[in-house]
Amino acid sequence: MVYLTRKIEFAASHVYNNPALSPEENRRVFGKCNNPHGHGHNYTLEVTVAGEPDPITGMVLDLKDLKEILEREIMRRMDHRHLNHEVPELAGQIPTCENIARVIWNLLDPKITQGKLHRVRLYENSDLFADCYRNGARV
Amino acid sequence: MTAQNLHLELGRRYRFSASHRLHSSQFSEEENNRIYGKCNNPFGHGHNYIVEIRVSGKVDPATGMISNLADLDSFVNERVIEPFDYRSLNEEVPAFQKAVPTTEILCIEIFQRLKSFPHAKLEAVRVEETANNSFEYAGE
Repeated sequence: MVYLTRKIEFAASHVYNNPALSPEENRRVFGKCNNPHGHGHNYTLEVTVAGEPDPITGMVLDLKDLKEILEREIMRRMDHRHLNHEVPELAGQIPTCENIARVIWNLLDPKITQGKLHRVRLYENSDLFADCYRNGARV
Repeated sequence: MTAQNLHLELGRRYRFSASHRLHSSQFSEEENNRIYGKCNNPFGHGHNYIVEIRVSGKVDPATGMISNLADLDSFVNERVIEPFDYRSLNEEVPAFQKAVPTTEILCIEIFQRLKSFPHAKLEAVRVEETANNSFEYAGE
């Protein structure tokens, strides 16, 4: 098995607020991330696909295809967007790294038909990230 | 794919600076010198360490988080960063009065200090001693 990783970056804004909580609770739980005007990050996304290299092409999957999937599914949806307001898949969820990584997994998994999606790692900044795997597939 | 079929981890990086000396009382001066090279300098030397930890658990639907970052940060700061930062690992961390403070052993020591984190399961500790050397320990 070979693991292939492609990295992309996108910039987006978000805010953490749970309408079921009071304004005080929201501030306590989410701190600065609760600023109603929102804030933003340069996100780095690493997508890892696992598979056996094709005996003829030597590729797990064609990187051009992966690049296009990432452009269509992620960049167009999330780059220079407000994650709370403009990404329907995140509606009703707090757009944390964990939730965004899961949404990205669910967007990419059905589109990757050569090899298998192995890991989605989403960095909000260099010191904070979330990993998403299929259950039992972490190595 | 439903959420139950996915495994999510939260990763966080921390930094501390500390000195150490690689030296074992089991070896002669010459052997220490041969095995540890310049890391055996009796006056020690230091690194800017980066500690990357990963925890797993259920994502709380109310917060979208595996663990509140403030809880994780204060736990790691209290148990690892405060006792290690701007210290001599050999002289000031009890575990290294016996063990040689290689980054392998440091990884294990940090894992032991953090594995009781109450809000999520500690999956792994990865320590970068320099930008070119890193070590990871995920428990037994």
